[in-house]
Amino acid sequence: MTTTSLVDSLSPAEVDRLRLDFPVLGERVNGHPLVYLDSGATSQKPLSVLDAEREYYLHENAAVHRGAHTLAALATERFEDARTTVARFVGARDDEIVWTSNATEGINLVAYAMGNASLGRGGAAAARFALGEGDEIVVTEMEHHANLLPWQELAARTGATLRYIPLADDGTLRLDEAAAIIGSRTKVLAFTHVSNVLGTINPVAELVGLAHAVGALVLLDACQSAPHLSLDVVSLGVDFAVFSGHKMLAPTGIGVLYGRRELLNALPPFLTGGSMITTVTMQGAEYLPAPQRFEAGTQKVSQSIALGAAVDYLTAVGLGRIAAHEAELGRRLVEGLAAIDGVRVLGPGVGHERVGLASFDVAGIHSHDVGQFLDDRGIAVRVGHHCAQPLHRRFGVVSTTRASTYLYTTTDEVDEFLAGVAETVTFFGAHA
Amino acid sequence: MSSTELQGLYQQVILDHARERHGFGLAAAADAQSHQLNPTCGDEITLQLHLDEVTGVITSLGWEGHGCAISQASASLLSDLVPGLPVAGLTERIDAFRVAMRSKGTIEPDEELLGDAVVLGGTSRYIARVKCAMLAWVAAEEAVLQLTER
Repeated sequence: MTTTSLVDSLSPAEVDRLRLDFPVLGERVNGHPLVYLDSGATSQKPLSVLDAEREYYLHENAAVHRGAHTLAALATERFEDARTTVARFVGARDDEIVWTSNATEGINLVAYAMGNASLGRGGAAAARFALGEGDEIVVTEMEHHANLLPWQELAARTGATLRYIPLADDGTLRLDEAAAIIGSRTKVLAFTHVSNVLGTINPVAELVGLAHAVGALVLLDACQSAPHLSLDVVSLGVDFAVFSGHKMLAPTGIGVLYGRRELLNALPPFLTGGSMITTVTMQGAEYLPAPQRFEAGTQKVSQSIALGAAVDYLTAVGLGRIAAHEAELGRRLVEGLAAIDGVRVLGPGVGHERVGLASFDVAGIHSHDVGQFLDDRGIAVRVGHHCAQPLHRRFGVVSTTRASTYLYTTTDEVDEFLAGVAETVTFFGAHA
Repeated sequence: MSSTELQGLYQQVILDHARERHGFGLAAAADAQSHQLNPTCGDEITLQLHLDEVTGVITSLGWEGHGCAISQASASLLSDLVPGLPVAGLTERIDAFRVAMRSKGTIEPDEELLGDAVVLGGTSRYIARVKCAMLAWVAAEEAVLQLTER
């Protein structure tokens, strides 16, 4: 399967113009211009996002959803406008967007809320979320630990069984196995849209079809897709989706949980406290509808507003064009790496669909040594297991080096990286 | 071309030890054994000390593990250093090595004490790599503790 883009990519001149919005890209590292190829870990931030957060603190800062003064009303409006912006970005309604600290918290929120439902919290309306012995939670072998450990813990607390869909050698999911694993016992299917290690884009529609046919809920980890691909949670048909702001031009400390309205309003809360109730007595409480029922305590106001600004930036450039640009970079990465002796790329091979990232192993050279050599010439990559130990074990390696791109990455940077990898092999290999 | 700093980190001796790992291999039994894991990178080592019960001198150090060039060379260099040392002598060398590693390049390791392992001194300028160099030495420290506590 090859990718054919229906949308124009970004021209080199456009990328150069975009780069001016990201001052950090002009930094020099170890005497070289920074080549930032670690956007899969965290993206850089444009001035408009930094300005939005600063403007809020300079002119509008106040507590949201409480207080009647002018600034409080203004801050609340900005906070909720940001929610609307993010909701439109993924095709959801405003009240289907819950602010979290990051995607990890979003997944834990759902898992812990289901655990609470399993204890009977939320009453009859929440019974569909309850798990017990005989029930099954299904994940995949390619999950980030953030979409694995919350489910391991939920299984341990409820007596449910955790199962996983295995990977094929080419880094795609074994759909034949998925069809056999997902069955009448399955209560939840949680999987990543795009692998943070392999760059594989998973077939969401097919997996959702399998899960919904047996009445299971679907949670999509959209951390590596929301920043890079056009995402519509309604047409994807997922029940829940999570992503993190800091991977999509926003600051750290802000993430999003999407949930279908009827589900969110039936799900018992996870964190409890201020700002999420209608009435409280010494014996109990009534909770607000979503999203407030999941937003206890002081909220991440400036970060939400900054995420709104980040979404505006991405929308102005166009997700289709960003995806096309990164698909080109991904092709260049995988073709270039495959041509270097001793380099093995994990995931889809040359000519197969992948996003703009590639993880690889260099025979006889540890990823930390590869990363150190590249860093010496200002090239920033990720090394290690990328929070996906089972995936690495599946491919018989302990760690890999990952280069990941974004809208501001140039083809020249990819070429410099490839030259760096080739020289790494010479540097460490020449001493054999 | 790589910088002089990088060449200082990856000296020829280090690259040689990373390839020709001295002391590699574990015995069925040992007087002390320690397993250490670096969770951030997945590097691990199992290290054994063998003792002459009469003299109290360490006769050999064996190890197995995987990791980056720095961690592998460090274990290899340590295994060259240890034979013939009394237990207290090994402790003294581990302490001296740690002080140099934590110095951010300000303290040159003592060649009298550490022998060829002084080539790892350049690592201390790279804070993120200090734990790679320390892995085998931390394992040795734990093994020594077993010897002194028994």
